[in-house]
Amino acid sequence: MIITIKVSKMSDFKRPDGRKNDELRPMEAKAGIIKRADGSAMFKVGNTVAYAAVYGPRELYPKFLQNPGHGILRCNYNMMPFSGSGERIRPGGNRRSKEISMVTEKALSPVLDLSEYPNAVVDVYIELPQTDAGSRCAGICAASIALADAGLPMKDLVAAISVGNLNGNLVVDLDKEEEDIEGEVADIPIAVVPSTGEITLLQMDGIVLKDELKKALEMGIKSCRKITEIQRKALKDKYKVDAKSEGE
Amino acid sequence: MEENSNHLANYLKKGLRFDNRKLEEFRKITIEYDISNNAEGSARVRFGETEVLAGVKMELGNPFPDKPGEGSIMVNSELLPMSSPEFESGPPGIDSIELARVVDRGIRESKAIDFKKLCVREGEKVWIVIIDLMSVNDAGNLLDVAALAAMAALKDAKFPKLLEKDKVDYHIKTDKKLPLDRTPVSITVYKLGDKFLVDPTNEEIKFLEGRLTVAITEEDKICAMQKGLSASFTLEEIDKAVGIAMEKSKELRKLLR
Repeated sequence: MIITIKVSKMSDFKRPDGRKNDELRPMEAKAGIIKRADGSAMFKVGNTVAYAAVYGPRELYPKFLQNPGHGILRCNYNMMPFSGSGERIRPGGNRRSKEISMVTEKALSPVLDLSEYPNAVVDVYIELPQTDAGSRCAGICAASIALADAGLPMKDLVAAISVGNLNGNLVVDLDKEEEDIEGEVADIPIAVVPSTGEITLLQMDGIVLKDELKKALEMGIKSCRKITEIQRKALKDKYKVDAKSEGE
Repeated sequence: MEENSNHLANYLKKGLRFDNRKLEEFRKITIEYDISNNAEGSARVRFGETEVLAGVKMELGNPFPDKPGEGSIMVNSELLPMSSPEFESGPPGIDSIELARVVDRGIRESKAIDFKKLCVREGEKVWIVIIDLMSVNDAGNLLDVAALAAMAALKDAKFPKLLEKDKVDYHIKTDKKLPLDRTPVSITVYKLGDKFLVDPTNEEIKFLEGRLTVAITEEDKICAMQKGLSASFTLEEIDKAVGIAMEKSKELRKLLR
């Protein structure tokens, strides 16, 4: 289905779901949702739901992939076959999921210190049961909470959001309907280390001007600082519950 | 370690469970419907800490040449590496294949879905119902959890909108439910010595010797079976296991919509 929405400039611009330009969709996060894993989390943004599970540090096989200097982060992003808005997605990964797995690794590595774990791997599995745009960002948000939940040494969490240009209107957190708008539209997923403002993921498709890009990124960094509060709360809530149940 | 194993096995042999359950007692079971809005039907089922998501997608396809007026089903399972340190990425292993095939047989052979009702135009277009089973946390007994999740997702399923020229609009949900004539339920009965139990945890499964999965309809008809693990069963033991499965199947079926 092709949705055509006429978007004119500035003043009379309205987002399809009525959000303000810098308004995020409702977000929810929970740590420790998968008991078997060493760390885990759920991150929900609008109708996009991401689960992340962390296993490790554990020994890396095949052995030639091992690095005696430090541990390795390995991410695996996967949409469940029934999670997309169209036909069933054949399981087993595709070019898109492989690329997203790779950029997710790059987004998370800068905050993670695996120098104490030579020859080891930390596996992060990201699974999406339901998607509505922004799935790689939701996956990174969930993965970052899961890594912290696993007790790995980290400099900070990583938060991620997409920013975009809808025919000259800069917005954050595009949903599917906005991604499909026609015209000069850009979708720019970014990941940010909130404490420093460093950008660890940057991709884009569409059209954007240099000045717009700068403004959009600034909006994105601001949003990520809001998102990280939700991530932190999820971690605090988990350990609050644990402390309570131990006392019983 | 050897001594410890014996100790734990003896504990089970005495009819005691590691979590104080009775031998024929399930862990706490929860079923949630419609957990993924892009699927035609979906469900999340938990037995204790074991969790499986099931999603149903419906596609328009060609009928088999020998069954021109019938649609079909397909069951796929993914033992996600997310759900256990023992599962690896890559093509499905034998455990995953067995799980999907056992669930498939339970649904198919019970005639829960009348394949003729999935026919759009005889000899040309039929609905193919695809059930994907995803393990999220493996804390034991994935088989029964997945089978129940599959039935729950089927009960939740509604046809997508069929447009002209055999196009399907997945964004429009119709009110037309997937017709289900029966509700088969699968129970796996495990054996250790002369003791039989259901719904083991991972800790318990290590010590169990045999298993028999039995799919049963509401008319108490057995519609599929699968023996697993290394131990063999005597005739009496099979009779007993099927009896337990039949009793427990009523309990599980009541939990479904």
